[in-house]
Amino acid sequence: MLLAFLDPTLLLGQFRSGLTTAMFLFLIASGLSLIFGVLKIINFAHGSLYMLGAYIAWHIVHYLVGNSLLGFGAAVIVAASAVGLIGLAIERLLLRHMYKVEELYQLLFTYALVLIFGDVCKFIWGTQPVSVQRPTLLAGYFEVAGVRMPFYDLMIVVIGFGIAYGFWLMLNRTSWGRIIRAAALDREMLGALGTNVSWLYTGMFTLAAFLAGLSGALVTPIKGIVPGMDIEIILDAFIVVVIGGLGSLWGTLLGSLIYGMVVSFGILLFPRFSIFAAFIMMAAVLIVRPWGLLGRPVK
Amino acid sequence: MNQQSWTDRIPWTLVITLAAAMVPFVTSRYYVDLATYIAIFAIFATSLNLLLGTTGLVPFGHAAYFGIGSYVCGLLMGELKVPFLLAFVLGGVGGAIFAALFGFFCVRLTRVYFSMLTLACAQIVWAICFKWNEVTGGEQGYPRVPMPDMAFLDWLPVSGRGLITAKFYLVALVLAAVCIAAMRRITKSPFGRILNTIRDNAERAQFIGIDVRRYQLFAFIIAGGFAGLAGGLFGIYKRGVFPDYAYWTKGAEVLIMSILGGINHFWGPTVGSAVLILLNGVVVSYTEYWPFVLGSILLFLLFAFPGGLLGGIEALYRRLRGQANA
Repeated sequence: MLLAFLDPTLLLGQFRSGLTTAMFLFLIASGLSLIFGVLKIINFAHGSLYMLGAYIAWHIVHYLVGNSLLGFGAAVIVAASAVGLIGLAIERLLLRHMYKVEELYQLLFTYALVLIFGDVCKFIWGTQPVSVQRPTLLAGYFEVAGVRMPFYDLMIVVIGFGIAYGFWLMLNRTSWGRIIRAAALDREMLGALGTNVSWLYTGMFTLAAFLAGLSGALVTPIKGIVPGMDIEIILDAFIVVVIGGLGSLWGTLLGSLIYGMVVSFGILLFPRFSIFAAFIMMAAVLIVRPWGLLGRPVK
Repeated sequence: MNQQSWTDRIPWTLVITLAAAMVPFVTSRYYVDLATYIAIFAIFATSLNLLLGTTGLVPFGHAAYFGIGSYVCGLLMGELKVPFLLAFVLGGVGGAIFAALFGFFCVRLTRVYFSMLTLACAQIVWAICFKWNEVTGGEQGYPRVPMPDMAFLDWLPVSGRGLITAKFYLVALVLAAVCIAAMRRITKSPFGRILNTIRDNAERAQFIGIDVRRYQLFAFIIAGGFAGLAGGLFGIYKRGVFPDYAYWTKGAEVLIMSILGGINHFWGPTVGSAVLILLNGVVVSYTEYWPFVLGSILLFLLFAFPGGLLGGIEALYRRLRGQANA
């Protein structure tokens, strides 16, 4: 079994699958991390928004446009925007009233949304798994040293790094970013200085919902869309965000890469117990460095 | 505030137990079934509230200890033929041991980090139950937990197949009453008062010389132990133990029960579990979308009655009395 580690093709193959997993998780977890960093809320419903994105994208592809590259691209954009709008509505109508209450109530609030959205999806789309075929143009692959790299996975990796870079630009090079960073540190002071913090929060939540919807829509050609995918993904996203550091963007990227690689290489070493590795890492990071590898301690 | 109101002098545990013991004789098997769930979840939710309402910690992985209790008790009875009462107690001990192990690390964290670590611990337990096929039966669970025969209750005037349900219900009810009475003693003891102090202001508690972490750890262990006891009963009643007993959403269910009843009252979780389970019985006969109903109730509670049902009743009572005095 250990000999497997001497086979470069196998290693490269595991690296590829780990990288794809990681970038997917980053797409989802970045929104979760953003919400925690700025709004200080742990959003269980982030997985539900992801699921909504997946179902909406499937719906559009299946009933309206078919899986041409253009149709699929349009479906992804529309689904992500629709989920962004749902996020906007949630923030404006409900979440706004939860900022001042205790964490317990905030957690339960987002959990209530999980329950509701889970059933809404079941009601509209049923319980049978559905899936979307890869657009023909993205169905191919190329080979590097005997390892197949599907175009679609490559696209995910590119989008993932693109979003990370976009976030970095936004946070560090724009006035918006400066305000967001300020809001993360001291909401009241920022409000006193004349910024409309309320709309800033709305904007952040909408953006995070958009990202959740985007990742949900992009996952459709890779994974089946089933009820319960919301609960499953939110735990993975929590693991990633906690390892990297709640609220830290680079931390989330690092956490995603660690998670992806550990799961993908862990399967070689301990096929049955790789499911543990992730939770044990999460617990270990929380015990040793609760604010995560790249996060900052908050008071 | 030392003055006791007349309601405090009623031995509530005894009154409720006696009233609940009538259920098999005056209602149908269906309600006995619901009442058994209520008894078990009353222990589970009250144990959670030892952390939530009494100590001010928010665990998101309390299901872990429930699950461990159910596996320990179920496997001991099924595989090693250990007698029921001993297996039941050992289920609680199992829950307490794991709570000590995980709690040692969890109480070092505060607020949302505490919740996250308890969640991670619960998922580790779930993963063990899910993957350790040789012992836990893995994904399929262990479906051979025997029902204790409880021959000493054969005189009950309940006929036919309802008899075994009724017998187990009465046993579960008595055990639940003992557990809840014990937890009530704990919350009203000086130890419980110190937990309240920590909840209200952990920093000041530290200043007056209380070892906050140690007390939180004790509370965590006790809560884990009682959750384990509840889990043992649940496994027997369901005639099997399955990994999803330890899944974190199970812990969220009891969180909702506690909130529904009111976390600031000792009886809140009991009331919450009773209301939620009865409501579930009604709702599922009309629609399969119970989670939707539950989520909506939860939203309504959070916005309208953050103090839960008992909190709401208390506020109403105060208001009426205030008007009467004025």
